Amino acid sequence: MRIFFEKRKSYSAGAAVLTPVISFVVSLVLTAAILAAVGLNPANVYAAMFRGAFGSWRDFTETLVKAIPLILTSIGVATAFRLKFWNIGAEGQLVLGGIAASWVALFWSSWMPGPLLLPAAIIMGAVAGGIFAGIPALLKVKLKVDETLTTLMLNYAAIIAYDGIYSGPWRDPDGFGFPGTALFPAEAWLPRLSGRAHMGLVFALVIAALLWFAFYKTRWGFELQMIGNNKKAARVLGVNIGRNILIAIFISGAIAGIAGACEVTGIARRLQQGLSLGYGYTAIIIAWMSRLNPLVCVPVSILMAGLLVGGDSVQIMMGVPSAMGQVMQGMILFPMLAGSIFAEYRLKINIGGEVQA
Amino acid sequence: MIILITSIIAITLKAGTSLVFATIGEIYTEKSGILNLGIEGIMLMSAVLSFTVSYYTGSLFAAVLTAMVTGGVLSLLHAFLSITMRAQQVVSGLSITLFGTGMASFLGQTLGPESNSGYMIGLNAAKFKAVAIPGLSRIPMLGAVFNQDPLTYIVLLLLPIAWFFMFRTRHGLSLRAVGENPQTADAMGINVARTRYIYTVFGGIMAGIGGAHLSLSYTPGWTENITGGRGWIVIALVIFSLWNPSRAIWGAMLFGGINAVQFRLQASGAQIPAPILNMLPYLVTIGVLILITVWENRKSYTGSPDALATPYQREEK
Repeated sequence: MRIFFEKRKSYSAGAAVLTPVISFVVSLVLTAAILAAVGLNPANVYAAMFRGAFGSWRDFTETLVKAIPLILTSIGVATAFRLKFWNIGAEGQLVLGGIAASWVALFWSSWMPGPLLLPAAIIMGAVAGGIFAGIPALLKVKLKVDETLTTLMLNYAAIIAYDGIYSGPWRDPDGFGFPGTALFPAEAWLPRLSGRAHMGLVFALVIAALLWFAFYKTRWGFELQMIGNNKKAARVLGVNIGRNILIAIFISGAIAGIAGACEVTGIARRLQQGLSLGYGYTAIIIAWMSRLNPLVCVPVSILMAGLLVGGDSVQIMMGVPSAMGQVMQGMILFPMLAGSIFAEYRLKINIGGEVQA
Repeated sequence: MIILITSIIAITLKAGTSLVFATIGEIYTEKSGILNLGIEGIMLMSAVLSFTVSYYTGSLFAAVLTAMVTGGVLSLLHAFLSITMRAQQVVSGLSITLFGTGMASFLGQTLGPESNSGYMIGLNAAKFKAVAIPGLSRIPMLGAVFNQDPLTYIVLLLLPIAWFFMFRTRHGLSLRAVGENPQTADAMGINVARTRYIYTVFGGIMAGIGGAHLSLSYTPGWTENITGGRGWIVIALVIFSLWNPSRAIWGAMLFGGINAVQFRLQASGAQIPAPILNMLPYLVTIGVLILITVWENRKSYTGSPDALATPYQREEK
């Protein structure tokens, strides 16, 4: 008896949609096993997590607070992944965006008119993120340096720089001993919509829609897809691969930078600890789960945000370790990865020992 | 001066040991054609689990064994996803790292004793101590090489063995064939999938020992982010070694050396701001990567397996 995978004649859309759902269920089961192993009741934990994330409007806004940077970073990552450019650096690009926006908010107020301060902060955040992503992109295009490591190493560098900046040169002398910059001037505050959920949500949704349109309805999007799937064809068709990569990755980093800028001007309104929470890495999971579709990234991000917020709330209430949310995130990918094969292959069982060539 | 150099050599070797283990392992994995980006997660999981076992049993042997099993199991998962389920190796490896990072934190917060609120942080456990080789360890400067813990001695002996196996044995030839041209290897009767499974698991076991060294010797103990990105630096070191196990030592020495230098610079109160020093390993990794890549592009033989990270499917063209 043989069990093997046989390639399907055509891509199965049914499997592609069913796989994430089944995978999510499988991951819930696996995580439940872990919870039970440490003596917690999974049903209680899950119920409490759901209540904590979606139980009330107030809780939902908190979920949105986490969802906004996830949406932004994930659509940015999706942009890069479309070209098979493995941008692992979203975390660092977000942080750079936050640093740049803080720079504007803290130091440009002396010469820039008030109403322009906030837009400038967001724009500089985007530029900073874009340039930070552009470095590995340039290295890849000009020198063929693998981007997986360069983007990743820059993350570490960015976080070290960020930690050093807000606790060192930019530290608020009146800060009562807490490391962090001074509070931003009010003109640099990103308005909030409800609770702590801020205008970043609007940016996120608009950019997601724009990207979706660009990817699926324009020639540029098609060219990007080609660069990712079939470089030879792209070259033959005259697509300027290098320039497209640079532009697309700049955009990818810029969107992550916007996420950082919004976090800093919308939530804390100062540069302090708590900007680097691993969203850049979660974004990779989200982008992949959404099959790189920017619109799908939105609900998936909200789901992931719910996991994180729910995880936080059970930590406080039930003593579940704070790393719980992270474990669940990691758990989701395995069944998904295993299931991803079913879109292109079907499982066949061959009883009777028929000889296969 | 002599004392300074001796201590630098000592720190370098100690810091580099975990890197050499993991690098040798990943070289083997990549030579078979599989890219395992899960090393960071494997090292973290092995570090926390081996430390926990050491704490509760006092047996270093059991602890290292635990680390090996952890690494083996996690890399087996990666092998299964990448080889059998033909998932994208980059995403598969990344998910192991993400899972391993979260899970290691989780375990570090739950496996500890009641007295420490379940945390493994801040505890002391059995650890490796330096074993001085009589006589040799008294040599000025180089004597530091002979005053290391057992794992370091093992890894130094492993280097020539790993080289010999890969380049002078038939098994090593099969391994390299699978990584360069799986179709031809398959036609010659080599079981491509099985080969890849074996060496991916081997790589994971090595990474596991590397992780154990961190928590049982280098740090020692368990803290969040005990690896500090070493798992990623290993990926760069594999390239730096040009996929040749005997060269793994140089990259590890480089990074061990940076650690040592960071240490000394900070201790001596030099004016270099701490963040710049802390960034050094990561920036140097990028620099190394650039240099090697540029150099690679000029050479014809570089040692990188042609079929790296490309899934092999027998029945397809």
